[in-house]
Amino acid sequence: MLLISCPYCGPRDEHEFSYGHEAHIARPTLEQQQTMSDAEWADYLFMRKNPKGVHFERWVHSRGCRQWFNVARHTVTHEIIKVYPMGEPAPNLEQK
Amino acid sequence: MSAQKNRLATGGRIDRSRPVRFTFDGKAYYGYQGDSLASALLANGVTLVGRSFKYHRPRGIVSAGAEEPNALIEVGTGNRREPNTRAPQIELYDGLTTASQNRWPSLDFDLGAVNSCLSRFFPSGFYYKTFKWPKDGWLFYEKFIRRMAGLGTGSTEADPDRYDKVYGHCDVMVVGGGPAGIAAALAAGRAGARVVLVDEQSELGGSLLSERDRSIDGKPAMDWVAAAEAELAAMPEVKVLTRTTAFAYLDANMLSCVERITDHIGPNASGPRQRLWRIRAREVILATGSIERPLVYSDNDRPGCMLASAGRTYVNRYGTAPGQRVVILTNNDTAYQTALDFAAAGVSVAAVVDLRANPQGALVQATRDKGIEVIANSAITHVKGAKQVKEVDVMSLSADGKSVTGGVRHIYCDTVLSSGGWQPTVHLHSQTRAKVVWNEELHAFVPGPVMPGQNNVSVGAAKGVFGLADCLAEGHEAGAEAARRFGFTNAAGSAAGAEAEPAAEPLRPMWIVPSDKPVGQGGKHFVDYQNDVTAADVMLAHREGYLSVEHLKRYTTMGMATDQGKTSNVNALAIMAGLRGMNIPEVGTTTFRPPYTPVTFGVFAGPDKGDFLDPIRKTPIHQWHADHGAAFECVGQWHRAWYYPKAGESMHDAVNREVKATRDSVGIVDASTLGKIDIQGPDAAWFLNMVYTNAWTKLEPGKCRYGFMCGEDGMVFDDGVTSRIAENHFHMTTTTGGAARVLSWLEEWHQCEWPDRKVYFTSVTEQWAVFALNGPNSRKVLEKVVSGIDLSEEAFPFMSWRDCEVAGVKARIFRISFTGALSFEVNVPPSYALHVWRALMSAGEEFNITPYGTEALHVLRAEKGFVIVGQETDGTMTPQDLGFEWIIGKAKPDFIGRRSHLRSDTARPDRKHLVGLLTENPQEVLPEGAQIVEHVKDKPPMTMIGHVTSSYWSPNANRSIAMAVIKNGRNRMGQTVYLPYDGKVVAARIAKTDFLQDGAAANA
Amino acid sequence: MPEAYNRRSALQHFGLKAAAAQSPADARVFIGEAAHRAIVNVRGNPGDPAFLQAVKAVTGADLPVKPNTTSQAGEFRLLWLGPTEYWVTAPAGSEEKLAAELRQAFTGQHAAVIDVSESRTIITLSGPDAREVLARGCSLDLHPRVFGPGQCAQTGLAKANVLIDQRDATSYDIYVLKSFSDYLWQWFGLVHRDFTAAIRAD
Repeated sequence: MLLISCPYCGPRDEHEFSYGHEAHIARPTLEQQQTMSDAEWADYLFMRKNPKGVHFERWVHSRGCRQWFNVARHTVTHEIIKVYPMGEPAPNLEQK
Repeated sequence: MSAQKNRLATGGRIDRSRPVRFTFDGKAYYGYQGDSLASALLANGVTLVGRSFKYHRPRGIVSAGAEEPNALIEVGTGNRREPNTRAPQIELYDGLTTASQNRWPSLDFDLGAVNSCLSRFFPSGFYYKTFKWPKDGWLFYEKFIRRMAGLGTGSTEADPDRYDKVYGHCDVMVVGGGPAGIAAALAAGRAGARVVLVDEQSELGGSLLSERDRSIDGKPAMDWVAAAEAELAAMPEVKVLTRTTAFAYLDANMLSCVERITDHIGPNASGPRQRLWRIRAREVILATGSIERPLVYSDNDRPGCMLASAGRTYVNRYGTAPGQRVVILTNNDTAYQTALDFAAAGVSVAAVVDLRANPQGALVQATRDKGIEVIANSAITHVKGAKQVKEVDVMSLSADGKSVTGGVRHIYCDTVLSSGGWQPTVHLHSQTRAKVVWNEELHAFVPGPVMPGQNNVSVGAAKGVFGLADCLAEGHEAGAEAARRFGFTNAAGSAAGAEAEPAAEPLRPMWIVPSDKPVGQGGKHFVDYQNDVTAADVMLAHREGYLSVEHLKRYTTMGMATDQGKTSNVNALAIMAGLRGMNIPEVGTTTFRPPYTPVTFGVFAGPDKGDFLDPIRKTPIHQWHADHGAAFECVGQWHRAWYYPKAGESMHDAVNREVKATRDSVGIVDASTLGKIDIQGPDAAWFLNMVYTNAWTKLEPGKCRYGFMCGEDGMVFDDGVTSRIAENHFHMTTTTGGAARVLSWLEEWHQCEWPDRKVYFTSVTEQWAVFALNGPNSRKVLEKVVSGIDLSEEAFPFMSWRDCEVAGVKARIFRISFTGALSFEVNVPPSYALHVWRALMSAGEEFNITPYGTEALHVLRAEKGFVIVGQETDGTMTPQDLGFEWIIGKAKPDFIGRRSHLRSDTARPDRKHLVGLLTENPQEVLPEGAQIVEHVKDKPPMTMIGHVTSSYWSPNANRSIAMAVIKNGRNRMGQTVYLPYDGKVVAARIAKTDFLQDGAAANA
Repeated sequence: MPEAYNRRSALQHFGLKAAAAQSPADARVFIGEAAHRAIVNVRGNPGDPAFLQAVKAVTGADLPVKPNTTSQAGEFRLLWLGPTEYWVTAPAGSEEKLAAELRQAFTGQHAAVIDVSESRTIITLSGPDAREVLARGCSLDLHPRVFGPGQCAQTGLAKANVLIDQRDATSYDIYVLKSFSDYLWQWFGLVHRDFTAAIRAD
């Protein structure tokens, strides 16, 4: 069971959290929406990374403080490399 | 009842003053307190304890621990029967009932043993080759194969025992209570750290339990253990768990352990049988010891063939000789300690056969000095005796060790002990996904670098360090270092000391011990006892191209089943490496996965079974429903009143009565489970505009509005009525099942996408109990108990809300309707819910007020064509598909899902639409999920154009009604479609979904 | 409001008083219900001094801005729930007055006051074995070196979501949604088979 360090509550067991989805997928602005092709919109909607290595993810402390935050997690080792608040850009991590 | 013929007169950790009676295969025996089942059986001269998996060969006890591949036992009877339990790990208690497995009709006379004679027809992979033809043949063969080649059978009855679960936390967790583990726990505990020490045995000591005359710090080793145990017990922050197996090393230093609390006492013990520990540690010290490897010699599976270390454990710890006359086969020095201990205990050692050319180590010399013959540069080429070893053949090895030469010596014996070296118990290390690395000196895998985030260190034999003094020092240092790292600075003391072992000579790796015939002919060289995999099978796998470890494992089944290859993996790998001309690490190793030893399902369930498997959520007046005979329906975790059958009523009768009474007069339903979210802030209306498809800015305080929420893909995912409480304050309702999901959805958009928007969301689902009065007389009922407001249509119109009092209780009433009838949704505090409900029931008595459940609720809404998200929708329906074009805010520039509504596929006019269906025969109620076709053929396949989403008998329309999603449905109004099911074809007409108009018309 | 006897607590139907009378004298863990405590959910920006002042003006207590902590002043007990979310708890019956005062104090601020008293009940657990009991279903480390009086945490207990508020060395208030309270109470009953437990009705 993962141990995830909530930015507010500190380390808690995985069962207190819910996984959201890949982090850093910004919603297109209204202007962008109006000029995007269906294919580009579908890319925003559906296409997600599935790397072997570091993955940037969005989690929420659903059984705790209800806050969303970002997690850099290694998909092979399950190591949680970094936890950082919403709004912060993805850290520049050496691929492990 | 026979005497314990192999029991030694003295020695061991058993209590000869406490005899213990047990049975094996129906026969009664005595052992002593402190015995394992294996030691007690051996003491009684029982060497045949099972039949092998595939060939049904007679098998005996091989080991004295968790690695046991052969002696798998059914323990207990009836609802307590537990299969595949390892005899060396079963502690004896009075009344213990055990039985052998995989034999029929009896262990001694097993019909399946014919498989052994036919073994050349049962090579590896034979299942795949033989039984896959003809095409469906496997289905036929499988039943017979499962009966013949199987492990034990579990009980099919409910488990009567109780299991417990607990979480644990510590700074330092030590796995293994041998010298290294004890030293680690002592050092960390003394320093002040919180320590948990687990060990799978009944008492601490580990390898010391099997020693004869070792000393630590100048006193007998077990005295040191006892002193250490007392010292640990006196430390308040140290917990020692014996009879506890750490079976899984999970992410982030969490270990799952099973504590066997009463297994050694028996079924009459009180309290839970076992306990699951989930222990999160900051640092884990793996002091898990090592497991001896057997040698792969011809017919090495005869009952009486055993590991040298196991023989030593039986003599030293259990005061039991494994037999009367022993031959030892070894490739290293450690087996000589067994010879010496046997000699000291008065057990006859006929010879030590050493694969090495000229062993001269100190222990070898000591053995010779005892008058025990050492036959060097030789191999055992045959073991005779079907159900018990009778004799071995010994021949000299050729110069390259690949064959034997010269004359044959026959040595009479009843036991063969072998030692092929030692494999550190790296299982937990490997479970973390860390690699193991091959050590050329030890000829064994040792732990490689640990995984990031899995703070652990292997010490002692688990790391390949075997000297007692070294183990004590390593354990001490690891414990002290971990404690230091976490800031615990009390004195850790110094490491205990022990005298050095005599210098040993290197072992001679010989992965197949040759016999006078080629491997695969004559006798069998077993590699994996449990799965009946021989050296010849590995060679066959090699010939057929199954070269990688993973292929080898799957092709031969090597390393599978309950022992997971604890004694066989390295041997098999080494043989494959030899065949491929590679080094062992080049061939690889298998990754060990949890569990280390089998774990009963009961302990995973713990107390979370029956009603506790999933919490039952109850509304504030749940008990009233139960008291009034309600049947309950599960809606997520909620138990909701489904219908209230009166005496003699069927479900159909009850639902019809409830639906009719509501439509004709007044009904009342407990809708407390509806999700409710309080939304406050200057940007509340802006936010609603974004998450709902329709517009909210102009909704006035006091008013309510219905809305759909879509995902960004444009598909409906929840619906509900939201009311404006004040300019910056809204009260949102969601579906029962969607309550948590919607709140999380709102929070995600707010926190992640629009954090600057000033709005707060708070769940108030359970702040309010909700009772909906429905029907033409609902106002008359409410008028009798309400105060503070005018209920008239003019003063309190549809789609508005008012604060007031009901039966003296502060209430909020919403004029919204899920039935299409006159309706008031009364919200009151749950602590007064029963009081208010009773007041409404009394007030409604004169109007025949009828409580209705979720089934009537569904019928009532379907009569008016109202959708239920999750029933009419399945994640592929847009609001437009549902016929709610009007609810899309055309003037709104943006809302979640809007762009997707413009996608070509979403915007096309002939998508599946929600429509009504009226069966030609009004009595025919369609099954929900029934597929709809335009043209009927004799048999499938037919082109399906949709399916039924909701279907009921409507007592008010007096006919069946259904809703369906049908391709281009709205443009097919009046067309007839067909539903083939249950061997018939039902015709139905596509109609509008307001059945009280359309349905009535259809009948006219 | 109607007669008080018409107000029912979430666990009332278990007959706590009768059960308490039969409880063992040597109990090492005590369980009961603290019913009807006023719980007012307060949302606001802890970085805004006006918000902090408003809370203090009404309750006399400092807002516990540090995650998972509590503060206390007189009858008011304040709990941290999230970075912008707190509970102000107070004796039963005071919720309307408290909510109104807080609302008044927050005038002009982006803050919210939501009465959630009715949504939850409090299971009280105390005694030398209370921490051991909680370990049966709670993955949090409640060891005194890690957790103690003045701290609170939202977490899972068995399969329910709860807020645990440690009151003193061996006492905990466990806030649970009323729909889960039967489940949780009965779950404690299962766990207590292995403890000497008493029901406390006061």
